[in-house]
Amino acid sequence: MYRNLTIQQKKIVWAWAFLALPVIFYLVIRFYPTANAMLISFQSWNLLGDRTWAGIENYARLWNDPVFWQVFRNTFVYLIIGTPVSLVLAFVIAYHLDKLAFMHGFLRVLYFLPFMTTAVAMAWVWRWFYQPIPIGFFNNTLGSFGLPQIEFLRSTTLALPAILAPAVWAGLGFQVIIFMAGLRAIPRSYYEAARIDGVSDWTVLWEITLPLLRPTIVFIVVFSSIGFLRIFDHVFNMTTGDPGGPLNSTKPLVLMIYQTAFADFNMGYAAAQTVVLFLVLLGVSLLQLRILQDR
Amino acid sequence: MGTTATYPGEDHRHRGPGYRQRSVFDAANLGQTVRWLLLLIGGILMIMPIMYMISTSLKWPHEIYDLALIPNEPHLENYWFVLEDGRFFRWFVNSIVIAAATTLSNVLFDSLVGYTLCKFRFPGRYLVFIAILSTLMIPTEMLVIPWYLMSQSFGWLDTHWGIMFPGLMTAFGTFLMKQFFETVPDDFIEAARIDGLNELEIWWRIAMPLVRPALAALAIFVFLGNWTAFIWPLIVTNSVEMYTLPVGLSSFGDEADVQWELIMTGAAISTLPTLVVFLIFQRFIIRGVVMAGLKG
Repeated sequence: MYRNLTIQQKKIVWAWAFLALPVIFYLVIRFYPTANAMLISFQSWNLLGDRTWAGIENYARLWNDPVFWQVFRNTFVYLIIGTPVSLVLAFVIAYHLDKLAFMHGFLRVLYFLPFMTTAVAMAWVWRWFYQPIPIGFFNNTLGSFGLPQIEFLRSTTLALPAILAPAVWAGLGFQVIIFMAGLRAIPRSYYEAARIDGVSDWTVLWEITLPLLRPTIVFIVVFSSIGFLRIFDHVFNMTTGDPGGPLNSTKPLVLMIYQTAFADFNMGYAAAQTVVLFLVLLGVSLLQLRILQDR
Repeated sequence: MGTTATYPGEDHRHRGPGYRQRSVFDAANLGQTVRWLLLLIGGILMIMPIMYMISTSLKWPHEIYDLALIPNEPHLENYWFVLEDGRFFRWFVNSIVIAAATTLSNVLFDSLVGYTLCKFRFPGRYLVFIAILSTLMIPTEMLVIPWYLMSQSFGWLDTHWGIMFPGLMTAFGTFLMKQFFETVPDDFIEAARIDGLNELEIWWRIAMPLVRPALAALAIFVFLGNWTAFIWPLIVTNSVEMYTLPVGLSSFGDEADVQWELIMTGAAISTLPTLVVFLIFQRFIIRGVVMAGLKG
C-alpha cells in the first residue's frame, strides 16, 4: 500500500510516524495532567477518601486564608527584590567584563561556576554560613571584629533575604553570560561613530548600549522572574525542621503547594493553589513583555 | 544570531584606544587595572561558597569552626566515610542513571520532533507546533499532583521510571532543535532522498551530524537540569535507596544533629562532578548556554 503513495503522501506518513510517540507523550504527560489539575482544583479530596465536587470552595478558602496572603506576599517579595538585584549586578559585571581582555576567560569562569552547582547542596553551604556562633561563617567573622551577632535564618525579617541571596548568587552567572552575548551583538560601528562624535562613555551606555540591549533585558527579566516566583529548593532546604521559616515569613507559593498536597494530602486545595501559581506566572510574564517591549 | 554569532571570549574586540593589549599595569591603563582588580575580587567572592564547601569537606571535626580556607591537616577521611556508608554511593548512581537516560531521550526525541516540524509540510503541523509551544507556559508545579496520582495508579512511585518519566521530552529542547534544523539546507535533504535514503536515515545520518553543537548544548542543559532536579524526585521517592543526590542531601534535615564536615562532603560529592565537567569543557559549555538561552 505504501508503495502506491505519491512522494508527498509518503512524507506525510513519515512525519506522523515520527510524531506518534511524542504526541502521545505530550497528551498524556502534559495536557491530560494540566486538565486534571484544573479539575481537581474544583474537588474536595484527601487522597484516601471520596472525591467530591466542591465548586469554588477551594478558591474561596484560599481567598480567606491569611497564610495564603502571607505566602502570596512572600512570593512577590522574592520577585521584587530578586529580579532587579540580579539584573543590575549581572549587567554591571557583564559590562565591565566585556571591556576587559586580560584574563577574560578566567574571570568569566569564576562568575559562571555557581550556575553549575546543585541548589540543595549550596543551600546547605549557605545554611552553614548563616549559623550562630560558634558554627556559622558570617557570625564568626562578625564576632572576630567584635560586632553583634545576626540571627539570619531565625529572624522573621532577615530570613527571606538570607534565602534569596544564594538563589541570586546561583543564577547570576547565567545572566552575565547572556548579557555579554547581547553586548557583543551590538554593531561596533555605532560605538565608532559615537567616538568620532566625542560622546562620553556614560552617554554611550544610556543612548546606545542599553536601548540596543532591550531584547536581552526582556529575556532576562522574564526568565529570572519566573525563577523567583517558583523558588522552592533553597527555601525548603534552608529552613527544614520548620519549613517556611519563622511565622511563615519565608514560605513561597510552591512550598505551600508542596505542604498542602504532600504533608496534609489535601489535593483539591493544593490543586487550586497550583492554578493560582499558573495564573500568576502567566500574568507577570505577559505584563513584563507588554511593558518592556513597546515603549 | 545566526551561525556566525560570536560568543564571549571569542573575537575579542577592542572598543577604544584604552583597550589595546598593553600591560595591565601601564599607567595609562590605570582604569583598566582597577576594573580588572574589582572584577577579580568579585569573582573570588563568587566562588567562595564553593571553596569553603570543599575546604570544610577536607577538615577534621574540630577544625570546622576555624575560618581558614586552607585546612591545617587536609585529609580525605570524610569522603571515605561518606562513600562507605553506601547511601551516597547509591544516590550518586541513581542521579547518574536518571540524568543520563533523560538526556538520551531528550536528545533523540526533541531533535526528531524539531526536525519533523522544521522540514516536513503535512496536515496538522501547525496544530502540533502550537500545542507543544503552549506547554512551555505550564509550570511543573501544576503537574506534580496529577503526575503523582498517575504514578500511584500505575505503580511508578519510588522507581527510576517514576522519577524520569515527566522529563523524557521537553518543549524547550524541541524548539531549540527546530531552530537549529533551519540551518540545515533543504538541498542536502533532497539530495539524500534522491540517493535513496529513507526519511529516518536522512534525519539520523544527514541532518543530525550537522546540528551536533546544538545537540551538545541540549544535552548539557537537560543533564544539569535533571542532576539538580529536586521537587519531583522529592515527591515521587519515599525509600532511601531510591533518592537522588539532592533528595538524599535534603533528608538530613535539622541542623542540630548535623555533622557539618560530613554534610559539606556530601554537598561536594553532588556538586563536583558538574563543576569538573564544566571546567574541562568550559568554553564549549558557555557557548552552548548562550545558544540555548538565546534560541530556546
